[in-house]
Amino acid sequence: MPESVSNITAQMPRAKLAGLLLFFLGPAVVIYLLFSIYPLVATMALSTYTSDPSGARHFVGPANFETLLGDALWSKPFWNALGNNLIFFAVHMCMQNPIGIALAGLLSLPGLRLKGFYRTVMFLPTMLSVVIVGFSWNLILSPLWGVASGALKAVGLGSLFAPWLGLESSALVTLSLISVWQFVGIPMMLIYAALLNIPEELIDAARVDGLGQFRIFFHIKLPLVLPTISLVSVLTFVANFNAFDLIYSVKGALAGPNFATDILGTFFYRTFFGNQLQLGNPTMGAAVATVMFFIILVGLCLYLFLVQRRIRRYAF
Amino acid sequence: MAAEQRAKSLGVHLVLIAYSLLAVGPILLVVMNSFKVRSAIFGSPLAPPDAATFSLIGYEKVFRSSHILTYYSNSLIVTLVSMALVLLFGAMAAWALTEYRFRGSTALALFLSIGIMVPIRLGSVAILNMMRSAGLNDTLTALILVYVAQGLPMSIFILSEFIEQVPRDLRDAARCDGVPEARIFFEVVAPLLRPAIATVAVFTIVPIWNDLWFPLILTSSDSTHTVTLGVQQFLGQYITDWNSVLAALSMAILPVVVIYVILSRQLIAGLTSGAVK
Repeated sequence: MPESVSNITAQMPRAKLAGLLLFFLGPAVVIYLLFSIYPLVATMALSTYTSDPSGARHFVGPANFETLLGDALWSKPFWNALGNNLIFFAVHMCMQNPIGIALAGLLSLPGLRLKGFYRTVMFLPTMLSVVIVGFSWNLILSPLWGVASGALKAVGLGSLFAPWLGLESSALVTLSLISVWQFVGIPMMLIYAALLNIPEELIDAARVDGLGQFRIFFHIKLPLVLPTISLVSVLTFVANFNAFDLIYSVKGALAGPNFATDILGTFFYRTFFGNQLQLGNPTMGAAVATVMFFIILVGLCLYLFLVQRRIRRYAF
Repeated sequence: MAAEQRAKSLGVHLVLIAYSLLAVGPILLVVMNSFKVRSAIFGSPLAPPDAATFSLIGYEKVFRSSHILTYYSNSLIVTLVSMALVLLFGAMAAWALTEYRFRGSTALALFLSIGIMVPIRLGSVAILNMMRSAGLNDTLTALILVYVAQGLPMSIFILSEFIEQVPRDLRDAARCDGVPEARIFFEVVAPLLRPAIATVAVFTIVPIWNDLWFPLILTSSDSTHTVTLGVQQFLGQYITDWNSVLAALSMAILPVVVIYVILSRQLIAGLTSGAVK
């Protein structure tokens, strides 16, 4: 830190500094506390209450969590949603990162023409609303319209077509792939930026040693961008375990067929607001949100303590 | 050697073109078919509209049977007001956190950055209760307050990095002249943040414009719906009317595409300058 900073603050009368901090930090801190931190804490507090038919709230301690994990009526959909969410995340990890890395690798090849155009076009889906993307793919894959089956027929694979979004066995994976299609731009861009930041001398040295582009990529560039890949993975994790819009817009609140596409976000929505099958239950909804919060927190901690630390030494 | 190089580069371009088509194909398909008559949408979905198949019937129906213009103006108001407040309050907080040393400044910065990772959506139950008891449910104000809280952490984080790069001499010279701190920030420092502000603006606008969750839980009447929610509900009701559905989808897609094409250089510069690492 340059000395001037501490001097300025040290020379200032305490009251003046306090006034400045209040003026500059006040609005941001107040809004953030009121509409971000307080709701999170209040939701967790609410998860330890229950409301009776008259609307009065009673403290029940961990009873809601016992119901959620122990009562078959609640635990079955909960574990189903959690399992589906894990599959949703696994598909993203297995598809989104490798495709993103491959595209970033190609885009960062030296002397590639039109790279600005490719970047812009390939990032476009990421900018669109999940609702729009989900609905568009719903129409495209619909057997009614016949675009997907027609395209497969054109390449002689017509027999492979099935109403993937409607089948219990394939709906979840299909939705995950639609989400991958949309968000692959994020790993692509971040990894591309990291690749551009690799010092030129390193690559030149490798080329002088006679390594081809392929080996340079796998032996030099890829290890150097591992920190970015792990950052992208944790961003994906948080986004996936908080996802809702795509499933809701394609499948509705009931996440059909037969809850095959139900993930924690849709389960939370149904619990909180209710639907044709059940009444909304704010306190149980708060309990589901609290569980989601802890799942995300555990994921973030694992990342910080296990991955981030170990990967630091690669950073340049 | 040269021939081999050319073959390789051709291969790279083929892969990139194929992926580009996969990325924009579905969007083009929807927009293209929204300008066609019903029989052509089904008969030849992959053909662009021509004189015989061109039709605006879908758009007419959308305008007649939905409040699409209200939705657009709601989305615009919510997005622009939230963005302005996120930028103003975010830049002010970033300035205070980087410029003044005080006890707990590091802790406060860390506390503010929790919001980057923990989604505010998990506090929805309490947010709804709060808005109801404040009489703000079903208002655009409720949406704006939530979005400002959601956008602040990232904006403070990015803007702090930029403020640290502003030359120190500039502020010190102004201080020697006895210029008050608020004027140093608004008249000397803030104008220098313009490139950073554009980046933060893009990162703030996109998630707000595209959000479904908060409009869904916080607004209930047509007069407060945003485009994303309005179109979502419209699509649900008119699922069998393909002209309307495709037109509604296109109307929701087009503004974002236009904004993206205008701002894409800024966005990509922001992403690749390492501002979000």
